[in-house]
Amino acid sequence: MSHPASYTRTAIALHWLVAIALVATFGVGLYMSGLALSPAKLKIYSWHKWAGVTIFTLVLFRLVWRVTHRPPAPPVGMPAWQQRAAELAHCLLYALMVAVPLSGWLMSSAKGFQTVYFGVLPLPDLLAKNKELGDALTLVHKWLNFTLAGLVVIHVGAALKHHFFDRDNVLARMLPLIRKP
Amino acid sequence: MNALTKKIGLLAGMLALWASCSAQAVEFNQLQADKSAVSFVYKQMNVPIEGSFKRFHGLISFDPAKPALARAEIDIDLASIDAGSDEANDEVAGKLWFNTKAFPVARFVATSIRPLGNNRFEVAGKMSIKGRTHDERSVATFQPQGSSGVFAGSLVLKRADYGIGEGMWADFGTVANDIQIKFRLVAAAAATGKK
Repeated sequence: MSHPASYTRTAIALHWLVAIALVATFGVGLYMSGLALSPAKLKIYSWHKWAGVTIFTLVLFRLVWRVTHRPPAPPVGMPAWQQRAAELAHCLLYALMVAVPLSGWLMSSAKGFQTVYFGVLPLPDLLAKNKELGDALTLVHKWLNFTLAGLVVIHVGAALKHHFFDRDNVLARMLPLIRKP
Repeated sequence: MNALTKKIGLLAGMLALWASCSAQAVEFNQLQADKSAVSFVYKQMNVPIEGSFKRFHGLISFDPAKPALARAEIDIDLASIDAGSDEANDEVAGKLWFNTKAFPVARFVATSIRPLGNNRFEVAGKMSIKGRTHDERSVATFQPQGSSGVFAGSLVLKRADYGIGEGMWADFGTVANDIQIKFRLVAAAAATGKK
């Protein structure tokens, strides 16, 4: 099975949708955790959870799409170790995109706050209320997020390196706006 | 076995029968707080959250045969609240919520207990929280359990009636107005010998 020349439109759309949603939800998460209790805080927490559920769903769809649609091949001449590193980084990114919202959901469950999607659709509580477990999962959620944020920085850095130093099409094939005619 | 012991045996049997009959009309009046529970459910952003009160005491006197003479008074120590999280517990003690320092106790005094049949009773009474008193109504069931009786039921309070959640919390968009209170009160029967 050969590699296609470019990503599908769906893959590109999902990539950017999830990217924007992740960065925004991460930022909201950083901001809200320091707030004093208020109606606004409760609203922001709810929106953060709803965004998390949305991202989780999009990521599952992305995973299915990724498995059923081959991405384009790495640029010719890219060293083997870089290819392996890129593969590993992408695997980790997918794993964390699943683990981060999942850990938030579990943490909310353990803290005794059910997640009700948009205030309408109650998601099952995966864990019973348990304060110690809730506190532990808060740390897990936090550190999975920082790990994902670190990987995203590496991911973006690598894409920019490909574009500006290697002058290949790695960034352009995912960012049609800068594609050369 | 002579006639006398037969007579004594018969008398003892009659006494036992009388005692078991009178046990039916026994009054349940020793509230057992350690076996009882007062809990509640409120909705925050449409998410149901459970809480409870750990300390309460009161007076109950209830004879299932004479519900009209029944009395019930419950005092709830508001500082003993578990509102679902440490953050919420700190918040609800404050002035905008219970103002626990100024109003440490929520009190319910039953004014009438009316049988509805099938061990169900309508309990009407006065609820006082945060210096405000309102009529509340609840349907409770009564189940004898060994030498005790168990009252279980619920009622729905409107938190705005009592100023629970004022200022920025007054809007029902984040915390709903309806608070469901659930109770399970266990009362032991009084010692029959004193009657």
